[in-house]
This record gives sequence, structure tokens and C-alpha cells, in this order.
Amino acid sequence: MRRTPLYDCHLRAGARMVGFAGWELPVQYSGVIDEHRAVRSRAGLFDVSHMGEFRVSGPEAVEFLDRNTPNNVARLETGRAHYSGLMTEQGTYADDLLVYRRGESEFLLVVNAANRERDLAILEQRSAGHDLRVEDRSDDYALLAVQGPEAAGIVGELSANPVGELRYYGFLEGSLLGAPALISRTGYTGEDGFELYLAPEQAEAVWEALLAAGASAGLVPAGLGARDTLRLEAAMALYGHELNEEITPLEAGLGWVVKLKKGEFVGRDVLVAQKQEGLRRRLAGFEIVERGIAREGHEVFAEGERVGEVTSGAWSPTLEKAIGMVYLPPSLAEPGTPIEIQVRKRRLAARVVELPFYRRAD
Amino acid sequence: MYPTDRLYSRDHEWIRIEGDVGTVGITTFAQDELGEVVYVELPEVGQSYDAGEEIGTIESVKAVAEVYTPVSGEVIAANEVLDSEPDLINSSPHDDGWLFKIRLEGEADLDSLMDAGGYQRFLEEETS
Repeated sequence: MRRTPLYDCHLRAGARMVGFAGWELPVQYSGVIDEHRAVRSRAGLFDVSHMGEFRVSGPEAVEFLDRNTPNNVARLETGRAHYSGLMTEQGTYADDLLVYRRGESEFLLVVNAANRERDLAILEQRSAGHDLRVEDRSDDYALLAVQGPEAAGIVGELSANPVGELRYYGFLEGSLLGAPALISRTGYTGEDGFELYLAPEQAEAVWEALLAAGASAGLVPAGLGARDTLRLEAAMALYGHELNEEITPLEAGLGWVVKLKKGEFVGRDVLVAQKQEGLRRRLAGFEIVERGIAREGHEVFAEGERVGEVTSGAWSPTLEKAIGMVYLPPSLAEPGTPIEIQVRKRRLAARVVELPFYRRAD
Repeated sequence: MYPTDRLYSRDHEWIRIEGDVGTVGITTFAQDELGEVVYVELPEVGQSYDAGEEIGTIESVKAVAEVYTPVSGEVIAANEVLDSEPDLINSSPHDDGWLFKIRLEGEADLDSLMDAGGYQRFLEEETS
């Protein structure tokens, strides 16, 4: 299994390590609930260096990305990022990803570790014969995320750049501790926060400096466990759970990403048809009414009939109840609809609720 | 670390026997593996169970664990405090976080259980 440059830092911080997408990563330090609440109320520091980064550059880069992703790349300004996906011919996602525009013809794509090789193969194959380059630069970057209401102050202490002035999904090419870094106001927790792309050699120094700078504000290292419960409360999709090659972004509630008017792109015809005909299923949130936790794969029933299965389920530290997501026929996806979930030997009462489960107060 | 006044199972449970009543809980190793406990489903008082039978569940943030009874008998008490304070299993697995009390029936078969030293060795083998 691969290790990030921060492996030793994690062990020193008392992390419990687990395998994830071929990487050995911290699942928790002090505990999932503690870390989760720290991010909601103060700040948490995550090592997400396993994520893949691709450089896409060249005269045809914009056109290429616009043909392969549903969001509008031509309209993405330099210094801004957007959330998108790598389309399949079936109108689904081969992966979900972030697109950073670093220049007129210079982009950074950030992809899931588990899909990195397949994504690269797709991009290389589709770009053949076009005037652009696709390079896997994942090994050039360590990626840290500082998330929570205190994040801006903490990151600001390590940078001479005006990080607090960045808009959501804005980024700057600046520095941390004097070394180059791409500082982006993005995240996967539903809180304000930053993602910091830096050279692997810098990772340990920046990690330690962030923890020191954030100590008085209550910054704690946070693991994959909290990352998962945080993103679930914010109803952010996780590839392999809410997203896969059988689910379209429209079904996943990502219609805001899909820009059908921008022109032709891979899988567009499927999405156009789906929009005209109406969705047969869509992503819904639920909460368990009884005691118990529904988890991925548990079957969901409505009026005795099997209607779907849980894509993600967990106990929510913010709401202090069990929550989850499931694809349901639109008629059942309305908030308030009673459903039941088979949790081992018991069938638990649950109800559909609005997504997201948690939205930060601005 | 592991109290010597009780016996331990390969399912990482402990049982402390006083007279014909056994008090059962999970070990500190088990709670640490499981992580923060958020729900506990306890057996019904008055019900009889066979040794090794699944008798309840402990649900943590990360995972779910079945609870088995290490001996046969009738459940005479369940630790209802765990309904409101399930994290007692994390903070006090060997004391306040006990799960249930069971009245042993017949000749209790304790041969498959380990003493504290035996359990410690079992853990070292399991985790090495």
C-alpha cells in the first residue's frame, strides 16, 4: 500500500491507519465524533494526498475538457475551480472531479485515488490526435485540507497571500511557509475551508506549522472517518457510493453542474433524453426514526416493496441521529415519505428528508 | 490491564461470575476496535439464550458488532443506562459499561473461556 508524505506525522499524532483505494491513510485520531465536531465548530486538518492530480494543457485544452465534462469550462475564469465529472457515453460519470483553471490553456484536474489510472487512460485515449497534453502529476502534490469556521485565520498565518479574500471555489497560486502552493477555497465537509496543494517535501513542515498555528483556535487532525460523516451531512456525493457508471449526474442531484446549452459533450444526448422523459429515480436523504444505523447496501422498502438500497449511511454527530442516502423513484423521494430499511434482522422505520442534512449558517 | 476476577471469550467479551449470575460486557480491546459507540441493542430480560447465541448488537460510528452470550441462561438484567449513555462502553468497558446479567443454567461450560493472562496471550496472537 502507498503512503503519503505525512505517514510519520499521522503515527506520531496517534492515528489509526486503514487501507483506502490502495493507500494507507488515517481513519481517526482522537475519535470520529470529536474530529467531526471540531470541524463544525472550529477546524480540522486532513491529509488527502491520495487524491490524483492531472495537468491538462495546450491549445485544445478548453475544447477537450468541455467535450468530456458537463460543466462549462470555457466560462471558467482563471483562478477559479468548478466541480464536474468525467463523462461516459452512457451519460454517467467515470469519476467526479474538480477542474482548476490556472491559465488560458492550463488546467489541473483533481480526481479520486481509486479511479486515477482509469481516468488517465480515458483522458489519454480521448485526447489522442488533439493539440493538448494530459499528464499525471499526482506525485508532485501533497494535498492538505483545513476545514472549519477557523480555517481562514489559520491558513492566513502561514501565508503572505490574502487567502481570506478568496471566494468559494476561488484559488490563488501563492506560498505557504515561503514555498509555492496552490491555495484553494474548497472542501468536502460543508464548512468554509481550504485545500492546499504543495510539494511533497513541504508537506510535513506545513502540516506541523498548521497544527501549531491552529492550536489556540482548536484545530485538530481529522481522519477519513470524520471526512465521511462530514461530507454525508453536507450531502456531497462519494464516487463508488452515490456515483458510479450507472448513475447520471441528473439522478444524483447534480443538475446544477450539467450545462446542456454549452454544446456537444460525451453522454449529452442521454442527459437531454433523461431531462425530457423525466427521472426514474433520484437521490434522496433519509433519517432513521428508530434506534439503529443503516449502512451502505442495506435494502430500502416502501409499502413492503423493495425500492432501493442505501448508498451511504452513518450516525450524524451534528444531528445525533442516523442518516443516509438512497436512490428512490421520484414519487417516494419527497420529504416526509415513510420508508423502511432492513438493518440486519430488523426493519427500521425511516423517513425521507430534504438534502443536505446540514447547511452551515452564513 | 485485564481484570483477573473474570473470564474472557474469543469474541472479546468478559463474564464475571458471582454465585449463579454472570455479568457480561465487552473488553477494552473490543471497544477500541469498534470506536465510539452510539447505539446498544440489549437482550430482553426474562429471555433464555444458549451459549454462543447472538443476543444483541453494539453499533459504533464505524461498525456494528454482534453481542453473544458466553454462557447459557436467563437474562435477569440489562444495563439500561446504555440507552442514554452508550459511550460508557468506551469509557468504562469493564465496569459501568457492562451489558447484561445472566443466570447460569445447568453446568456452565467455562472451558472455552480464558483467564486474563490467557486472553492477553490470545490478543497478542490475534494482533501480531
